Amino acid sequence: MAVAESPPSDPEAPPKVRVGRTPGRLGNRVFQGISTASGIFILIILAAVAIFLLVRAWPALIAAPSAFEDVGFMLGRDLWSWVWPLLFGTAISSVIALVVAVPLSIGIGLFISHYAPRRLAQGLGYLIDLLAAIPSVIFGLWGIQWLQPLVSPLFTWLSTNGATAWLEENVGPTIFTGYQAPARNILTAGLVLAIMILPIITATVREVFLQTPRLHEEASLALGATRWEMIRQAVLPFGRSGVISATMLGLGRALGETMAVLMVLSPGYLINFYLLQPGQHQSIAANIASHFPEASGLGVDALIASGLILFIMTFGVNLIARWIISRRAEFSGAN
Amino acid sequence: MTVTTPPVPVRTTRKLPKWAPVAVLAVSLLLALGIQFLGDGPTIAGVFFIGAILFAILMTVTSRVVEGERWAKDRLATTLVTFAFIIALIPLVSLLWIVVGDGLTRFSWDFLTTDMTGIFGQMVEGGAFHAIIGTVYVTGIASIIAIPLGIFTAIYLVEYGRGPLSRGITVLVDVMTGIPSIVAGLFAFTLFLVIFGPAYKAAVIGGVALAVLMTPVVVRSVEEMLRLVPNELREASYALGVPKWLTIVKVVLRTAIAGITTGVMIAIARVIGETAPLLLTVGIATGVNWDAFDGRIATLPVFVYRQYAQGGASADRAWAGALTLILIVMLLNLIARLVSRYFSPKGVR
Amino acid sequence: MSKRIDVNDLNVYYGDFLAVEGIDMVIEARSVTALIGPSGCGKSTFLRTLNRMHEVIPKAYVTGKAVMDGQDLYGPGVDPVEVRRQVGMVFQRPNPFPTMSIADNVLAGVRLNNRRISKSDAADLVERSLTGANLWNEVKDRLNLPGSSLSGGQQQRLCIARAIAVEPQVLLMDEPCSALDPISTLAIEELISELKNDYTIVIVTHNMQQAARVSDRTGFFNIAGTGKPGHLIEMDDTTTMFSTPSEKSTEDYISGRFG
Repeated sequence: MAVAESPPSDPEAPPKVRVGRTPGRLGNRVFQGISTASGIFILIILAAVAIFLLVRAWPALIAAPSAFEDVGFMLGRDLWSWVWPLLFGTAISSVIALVVAVPLSIGIGLFISHYAPRRLAQGLGYLIDLLAAIPSVIFGLWGIQWLQPLVSPLFTWLSTNGATAWLEENVGPTIFTGYQAPARNILTAGLVLAIMILPIITATVREVFLQTPRLHEEASLALGATRWEMIRQAVLPFGRSGVISATMLGLGRALGETMAVLMVLSPGYLINFYLLQPGQHQSIAANIASHFPEASGLGVDALIASGLILFIMTFGVNLIARWIISRRAEFSGAN
Repeated sequence: MTVTTPPVPVRTTRKLPKWAPVAVLAVSLLLALGIQFLGDGPTIAGVFFIGAILFAILMTVTSRVVEGERWAKDRLATTLVTFAFIIALIPLVSLLWIVVGDGLTRFSWDFLTTDMTGIFGQMVEGGAFHAIIGTVYVTGIASIIAIPLGIFTAIYLVEYGRGPLSRGITVLVDVMTGIPSIVAGLFAFTLFLVIFGPAYKAAVIGGVALAVLMTPVVVRSVEEMLRLVPNELREASYALGVPKWLTIVKVVLRTAIAGITTGVMIAIARVIGETAPLLLTVGIATGVNWDAFDGRIATLPVFVYRQYAQGGASADRAWAGALTLILIVMLLNLIARLVSRYFSPKGVR
Repeated sequence: MSKRIDVNDLNVYYGDFLAVEGIDMVIEARSVTALIGPSGCGKSTFLRTLNRMHEVIPKAYVTGKAVMDGQDLYGPGVDPVEVRRQVGMVFQRPNPFPTMSIADNVLAGVRLNNRRISKSDAADLVERSLTGANLWNEVKDRLNLPGSSLSGGQQQRLCIARAIAVEPQVLLMDEPCSALDPISTLAIEELISELKNDYTIVIVTHNMQQAARVSDRTGFFNIAGTGKPGHLIEMDDTTTMFSTPSEKSTEDYISGRFG
């Protein structure tokens, strides 16, 4: 190679790579600054939610029990004996929702991932996602107008059939005792909640089922398993933690859902398991929505305190759900 | 004498013919009809409900007798899984059915263009114009806050974020998706209460509440889209001597823009129907409030809720409002899907 | 136009891991330098240090010198973006920007940097670069179609046009033909021999025939074992390397006895 033909550099021309010139440095700085600040701002918002709620709830948290006597909607109770039934109502409506929605979601997830024709699967998944797009207030309307009359005969049967009657006579009241139409009870509210959390649980469960290693499935089928045996051997064990975290996500949503409970349920402030009787239960979220517009003074503070409790609960539930998901991602190597 | 054992053939299990499930279904439905006649008389819901239970039982028993236990279990699982899916479709179909059916009673051009000023008692006039404007305002304010915040956070997480800060933000954004909407309403209420005092009521408070709900949804979907942009494109841009921020703006965002638009529109559709936080923060009004920073404002979801609560002629307006809301939400979803289908760059996986 | 690069005791690290060690190399101007060696020996890693592309990977850094034009590319105050504008790169898989037309892809280096360019200048630049990449005749009627509508070989030449449109001094090619069929490969090889009249070209290749066909000088990289750093074993004129290499391992590799 003749080096002489191409001199190393032209001494006249300035070097092409200029020192101290940093193109786009200002832009980089500004852009990275804005991006990082946005990320941090999200943390600040979350902290602000907790702090503002705590500050406004504080007067109610430290007030003497007698101070709440002036707050009409608290029915002369102090803060904790007022919140307990609400917590109970929130929990029981969410549990009903989960009991209905989780098995259904697993079924739907399996249907979409392993039963429906491949070509249809995506479209069917989209149909379920559409449920998530429907505003909650419309679910409330639907619950009163459509679901409530539909389930009423079923509830009547549950409440009056021979087995319930026998139990009532020989053991005592059952959870189905004393149904009164219209069906504006906690079970109907729980059913509406179940439909609302269905798409959330299904979306996660479906993804997990689709991730089942093909090899496990084929190994099972090659041993002569039926489709159901394959699902029990390969798909369900693989998806277990996914189902659990999806359940937690659904629970987080059900705990905080307001409108369905507010519109469907005839409220009460008792702790009992009479699922079919109206006027027994109420959830924290629905209670806030129904009393907040007219509340004043310490009443507002008490409602905000109940909101703070709800926030902490859902925060915890969601955190656990995400923790399960991330642990799964680390160990399974599926992602 | 030699005994030769004949080769064992592959056992052909006896299988039910293809038409068996259909036949069993027909029998089940007829039986259900019969049972209902013995009781209070048949209803459509009753026939299907009892018929479904009968089908599950009969199908499994038939299969158990003909095909054996393992296949019976398989049939039962197939039946239940299919039922689960059908059950999920019932609310969707019935909900759309009654919203369209009941909504059309009052839904009209007049409904969309008049407000509730001077409407009282059993008057059937009046409409949701003021509520539509209010919903546009509140959702618009939420979008102005949440979209840039969400997009920049997603950029941070994908392009810059490393270490504990980035992990922390990822986790908390996930957790934030689960904040109950009523809590977001309480937060916005207390925030403005502390800053502007108790008398202040304005659309902007509702906008802030919705922004809290919308931001994590935007972050999630934009993040997902940015991660889909192949690294090769970033490298190609760097190799041309393009600074990082211009690469992000002009290559990464440009490539992902269709997906980002889709994600943002779905996020808007998600919050546009939020009711509870608006119930707490912006209240309701009878006329159009053109000022987003002063005074109560009506929004569609709250309009629907309040009108329904009043009953009578107002209930019809509630259904028409619900129809309007569903149309807006479905339209947003539809446009979002179309955008992602037709404007996604070809050749990016 | 083209410049030579003197590399002096260059080490490449990924965090604590030393990936390439002690490279001394002269890359001549207006010539094609081929880098060969078994997979994982660090030749691509080394190539990417020549325009500081390896810094895109977090925690990667370099010690040592790479002097071009009297200026150390790793000297204090030198910005990687400045380096990359002078040292262009073509990647293993063709990666035209999917959102841009063919013409816009060529202009990407200008447009992405927010530089203004008049319409006629832009048209000139597009024609000049595409002609330079032997692509003009094939695409001149469809400059507004998306870049991804071209075949793989055409896409790769489009990427070369995109790289030379910013008028770099040096062109790095990281296995530019490994994703292409033989005919497209031939087109790229012809293009390389034309481009060396104007540019300094460094090419990483797994294909020894290709190295023999297109390059003037060849460097052989090898690695003592997994987890050990890659080294430059020997470097010489291509004809010498392929006829009488001085190292045993080079001869083994070239004659196909390992790797």
